[in-house]
Amino acid sequence: MGEGLRDVWVYLSASPLLALTLTLAAYQMGNWIYLKGGRNPLLNPVLIAVVVLVSILLATGTDYATYFEGAQFVHFLLGAATVSLALPLYRQIERVRKSALAITVSLLIGSLTAVASAVALAWGLGASKEILVSLAPKSVTAPVAMGIAEQLGGLPSLTAVLVILTGITGAALGPVLLNIIGVKDMAARGLAIGTASHGIGTARAFQVSDVAGAFAGLAMGLNALATAILLPLLWNWLF
Amino acid sequence: MIFYLTLIFGCQLAGELLKVGLGLPVPGPVIGMVLLFAGLVIKQGIPDDLAKVGDAFLTNLSLLFVPAGVGVMLHITLIGQQALAITVALIGSTLATIAVTALVMRAMTRNNGNTGMEPTDG
Repeated sequence: MGEGLRDVWVYLSASPLLALTLTLAAYQMGNWIYLKGGRNPLLNPVLIAVVVLVSILLATGTDYATYFEGAQFVHFLLGAATVSLALPLYRQIERVRKSALAITVSLLIGSLTAVASAVALAWGLGASKEILVSLAPKSVTAPVAMGIAEQLGGLPSLTAVLVILTGITGAALGPVLLNIIGVKDMAARGLAIGTASHGIGTARAFQVSDVAGAFAGLAMGLNALATAILLPLLWNWLF
Repeated sequence: MIFYLTLIFGCQLAGELLKVGLGLPVPGPVIGMVLLFAGLVIKQGIPDDLAKVGDAFLTNLSLLFVPAGVGVMLHITLIGQQALAITVALIGSTLATIAVTALVMRAMTRNNGNTGMEPTDG
């Protein structure tokens, strides 16, 4: 970099505008690659954006705090988006009424399986407490999962990435697994994928069938609620 | 529109206040979501302008967790040290959750037989 260019860089990196613009541009690029790739779950736009942004920050020697001064304007809206999740939940209310007992029982058992199996496996392989608590809400939609992790002393940023990886895993392997165990009912398939892999799984379920997609969306909302209430209680009781 | 934007932030603020005031272990925005949901149940419908504002947030939901996700760069060493535990837990737990939830749901709806969902390919 020449002197003149360096001056411009120093000036720009001191203002929140650069980080904010880079965040939007990186996400746009990720989304473009995702759409070009036929909505393949492995080409997740958030994951691409995170990899691109981390590479840029490391290459330019910019620290995360400087980046976040600009990016916080995007981050701040997470709370409002979480509140808005009430809308899709309400839109599914008819489905809940029809088979309330089956959905409630499946969802609670699924929610507990998600938390308990993740914590047990990682604990068995010697993960630290910080990692365990960041991993516990991994099946919950990102804004809620991050809130839970932060509350229990985990690392919200690690949780955000684990949530995305969980979504990709469930979206890519879920349908294959369901075929192997022979579950063909679209309601059960959607509920399972939405409980385990939130919005990314829900997007995948909608590609297969509207019924599966609707049940996945419902499961995502209910699991966020169930985990947000149960996990802190369980955690404080255990530790 | 501004009214419903205010309503959404108001629900979040009320959620944060309830959390601190009552010492609830649930994140404030989740309490806000429950409050808004309760409001919709009472009102028995979603006003058009509320849907416009709320859906604008939800359509771009994944963009909103990019800044936090970038924070993973602060923990690269920690993740590297525990990569095996994280990978096994993540994949194992996701598959276990899908299998358990699907099998329980199938067992429960078979007994009741009232979802009216026919098996299909896919």
